[in-house]
Amino acid sequence: MPFVPHTDADVREMLATIGVSDIDALFDEIPPELRIAGLDGIPVALSEMQIGRLMSERAQRDGRPLSFLGAGAYEHHIPSAVWAITTRGEFYSAYTPYQAEASQGTLQVIYEYQSMITSLTGLEVSNASLYDGGSAVAEAALMAVRAHRKSKSLRLLVPATVNPNYRRVAVSTAGNQGLQFDTVPYVAGTGCIDREALARHGGADYAALVIQQPNFFGQLEDVDALTDWAHAQGMFVIAVVNPTSLAILKPPAEWGTKGADICVGEGQPLGVPLSSGGPYFGFMTTRMEHVRSMPGRIVGRTVDLDGRPGFTLTLQAREQHIRRGKATSNICTNQGLLMTAATIYMTLLGPQGLARVAEESRARTRALVELATAVPGVRAAFTGPRFHEAVLRFDAPVATVLERMAVGGVLGGVALADDYPELGEALLVCATETKTDEDLRRYVEALRGALR
Amino acid sequence: MSQVPADLRYAKSHEWVRNLPDGSVEIGITDHAQHALGDLVFVELPEVGRALEAGAACAVVESVKAASDVYSPVSGTVLAVNEALAGTPELINQECYGRGWMMRVQPAAGSAAELLGADAYTAELAAIGG
Repeated sequence: MPFVPHTDADVREMLATIGVSDIDALFDEIPPELRIAGLDGIPVALSEMQIGRLMSERAQRDGRPLSFLGAGAYEHHIPSAVWAITTRGEFYSAYTPYQAEASQGTLQVIYEYQSMITSLTGLEVSNASLYDGGSAVAEAALMAVRAHRKSKSLRLLVPATVNPNYRRVAVSTAGNQGLQFDTVPYVAGTGCIDREALARHGGADYAALVIQQPNFFGQLEDVDALTDWAHAQGMFVIAVVNPTSLAILKPPAEWGTKGADICVGEGQPLGVPLSSGGPYFGFMTTRMEHVRSMPGRIVGRTVDLDGRPGFTLTLQAREQHIRRGKATSNICTNQGLLMTAATIYMTLLGPQGLARVAEESRARTRALVELATAVPGVRAAFTGPRFHEAVLRFDAPVATVLERMAVGGVLGGVALADDYPELGEALLVCATETKTDEDLRRYVEALRGALR
Repeated sequence: MSQVPADLRYAKSHEWVRNLPDGSVEIGITDHAQHALGDLVFVELPEVGRALEAGAACAVVESVKAASDVYSPVSGTVLAVNEALAGTPELINQECYGRGWMMRVQPAAGSAAELLGADAYTAELAAIGG
């Protein structure tokens, strides 16, 4: 049954009350050339039965390819219990409810989520989640500019080793608010931030340096030295991290002498399935001293009048419904459902389980790189330590290689030519704990076939 | 009825200014303002050395139900801020004209022309029902 809040009589009465002839007249202020009469190319609506059938036919056409794609979204095993629990009626909502305190269970899940994310990143306070990794980077940039009391600079240093999609989202979100993102190149041999090029920005007034660890190429940056350099220059450090990697890598709070100031990342690896690019969720933590500059909702634990523990939204004076135009962000909710899945995923795995996922993913990618680079015409682009991704370089055109591998049901990696033309024929590959020895053999067979 | 000490000057945006013997001024928010905000939980003060412009936001006061900008009643340079407010913002609720002072400012020449005397500010409060 369609949801119709107002009957025709209701609508006529409301229009008559304000003295307007029809609903279109309410949009008079939009110039006619910006309005469209109809949506060309959009077919007529299908019923639920018809659309279900259409989509399952299309899904069959996709098949079940063996995926070695990473580049920001990662295929991990998700225990069945994660979504069985997440989709229970008590949890099954995309939003923080409007009368939040009436839903103590929801608030407790958010509180547990915040506790786990602060534990992973080492920083003191977490919000209730953001939209995705890219928007979290954009929000972190805005927050750094807002929170930096010693610098009024609107400029940030964003190295080329930060996920290009995150950089684009940051520019489209924050560019119109006056923020400027200056890039820093990487060293050709290691795929890590070029420290000499970075040093040339020394003495300039920047609000923050963004450091992605592991970086977009999967390589591990020297986060201690980079963090100390940025702090010596009076810049904040924004850490962009993969949450799985934090089970085995140093948490951002321990980078360098003072640690990162703001930490963000894409939460998808924590129990959220790959799904055509989303919905995913972003996470954000910071030091307590910056909490009032943080965007998003925050749940706190408190006691009621009788001394019983309870949960409540806290520090709401940062938010739109109180601060209006001066709120820390236009984000006034969170990715409730995906954050719930992540909380249950982390609960089921525990710190040891997450560390095993991270170790196994690292080992699988190392094995994949060894096997792939044994194929003539394929070599690793960079040396140095990495996590669970690597860049391979080819003599042959990558686009053709990927096409041929896909025919055999193998998604061979993400081509880098669009964002990193200087790398030539380059491919970003990833193997997580989901890839067996047999899967790796299939990859290499498909690769040999494609290069033949 | 709000307290409006006779020896201070006031901005229409509910800040008070006290002339100090050395030519600097002390600035805070009025009894009317603290009462309207309710229990304060956080005060954000400017950096010492920052240049303030009369009428521009220079601090933020946050209560359990609202957050509000504090506008500088004078142009000048911040000489000191009340560090005690970081841990005990309620000083503003308890003694807004005393231990709840917010900052000391060295005013730029001729910057205090727009301020009201106690009688004019009292009339202003009466006009807005305060």
